[in-house]
Amino acid sequence: MTTAVRVRGLAKRYGDVQAVGGIDLDIQAGEVFAILGPNGAGKSTTVEILEGYRRRDAGEVSVLGTDPGRPTREWRSRIGVVLQTANDVAEATVRETIRHFAGYYPNPADPDEVIERVGLTDKAGKRIRQLSGGQRRRMDVALGVIGNPELLFLDEPTTGFDPEARRRFWELIQDLAHQGTTIVLTTHYLDEAEALANRVAVVARGRIVAEGTPATLGGRATAKATVHWAGGSEETDTPTKTVLELSRRFDGEIPELAVIRPSLEDIYLRLIED
Amino acid sequence: MTEIAAPRAATAAPARMPSTLRVGLSRAALETRMFFREKDAVLFTFSFPIILLVIFGSIFSDQMEGTGLSVSQLYVAGLIGSATMTGFQNLGIGIAMDREDGTLKRLAGTPMPPAAYFIGKALNTLLVSFLQVAILLAIGVAMFDLELPSAASSWLTFAWVFVLGVLGSSLLGVAVSSLPRSGKSAAAVITMPFVVLQFISGVFIPLSQLPDTLARIASFFPLKWMCQGFRSVFLGDAGATLELAKSYEPGRVALVLGAWLVGGLVLCLTTFRWKGRRDG
Repeated sequence: MTTAVRVRGLAKRYGDVQAVGGIDLDIQAGEVFAILGPNGAGKSTTVEILEGYRRRDAGEVSVLGTDPGRPTREWRSRIGVVLQTANDVAEATVRETIRHFAGYYPNPADPDEVIERVGLTDKAGKRIRQLSGGQRRRMDVALGVIGNPELLFLDEPTTGFDPEARRRFWELIQDLAHQGTTIVLTTHYLDEAEALANRVAVVARGRIVAEGTPATLGGRATAKATVHWAGGSEETDTPTKTVLELSRRFDGEIPELAVIRPSLEDIYLRLIED
Repeated sequence: MTEIAAPRAATAAPARMPSTLRVGLSRAALETRMFFREKDAVLFTFSFPIILLVIFGSIFSDQMEGTGLSVSQLYVAGLIGSATMTGFQNLGIGIAMDREDGTLKRLAGTPMPPAAYFIGKALNTLLVSFLQVAILLAIGVAMFDLELPSAASSWLTFAWVFVLGVLGSSLLGVAVSSLPRSGKSAAAVITMPFVVLQFISGVFIPLSQLPDTLARIASFFPLKWMCQGFRSVFLGDAGATLELAKSYEPGRVALVLGAWLVGGLVLCLTTFRWKGRRDG
């Protein structure tokens, strides 16, 4: 496997605030990598340094083999960036805008195909200011992928989406991932990370406090389970044994039985509190 | 969780990047299309100088002593100068808005060459200013006895004053776009100096009627020289006696406008920000 993003000892400070304080990252080509963390944890700063928007104070960074502190046009044509918010090109139509941006790249995708892929075919002739929030976001993704990028950055892509729009957006991202685009995504939503990402890093106070697959993050797979029943609960490493004992005690059916493993959210909240 | 797919292979042959000129022309087309779609802005951009011309031309219709020229003809030349400088206002505000609404940030994340953005703005401004001037000329001829010069040399003068003026004031507009703290404050921050400049540069009030100090301040800025250049084209030799210097001084017009072009370019290259102030 080749490495798409390699970061060692990344640091960035704004005045007195150490926004990023020594981050190491390795993201493999073809992977969907999610960066989770509360507001102000340093995740957007980290991603903006990777995207070539911000200068770093210290550390080594390589994105597709290039130092993003010295971006070139060739390098920019190999990455795609979907920003957090934008209200630009309001008076142009979807198709005009996507065709126009295609002209920036040496090997662009077919504009109509990209419009189709993000599900905006019936909105292609509409002015951008007439789009809903979710449609606008899908347009942003279309502009992010029009250059056929090897690596796509998505910064909190589904903030403010309704559940259905979010589900459709996930399908779009999964579709891109299946085609081999490496995706780096920041998000607040744990279900989003769980649905999309192969690996997750949790950033808090400018550092990575945990890293792993969504299933094993922060010892989730091996954490104690809690068995609840009418009249009691117990934390245990062996929930099956507890359930069998209870079944014997209640002679069959256990009233109000529930076996709960810590959710990704529980693990996450524990990680960022420390 | 998504399966890890085979990574997308880098494109086999490194394809050539699109040329800066081609991307610049494409930006110009997009900017122009978007400009003409904002119907209210278009209406006011074009009607403002026309209304001013009709008002001033109707109020001051007397002849000027010993020249055979009417005051309204003076206004046509002045307002053409002012229309040539619209780029200052349009770009100063427009780019501040582009910085605010995410246009600049998005573009900075693409392989678009930065020069293409400025080519697009410059061509769009040339077109808008040209249309304004054409309309002013048509109204001047139709309503205020303006005579279009017949000599090719006059049109040559018109062409270089116009092109130097538009490009110089556009660059100045690009430079001042970094001053407003936000897109919302841009209109106020940039309109004020433009209006002041119009009053002291001989657009509305002949320079001979201004206090010396104001006229001297105006002579550091391009608008005064643009108006002077256009007067030389449309008022002809008869009007030269009305100038402070008793001559149109074409050499100095070219020198000052040229200096602003170079100075504006340096200012843009050294101060232009692709990010907003709140954007770090």
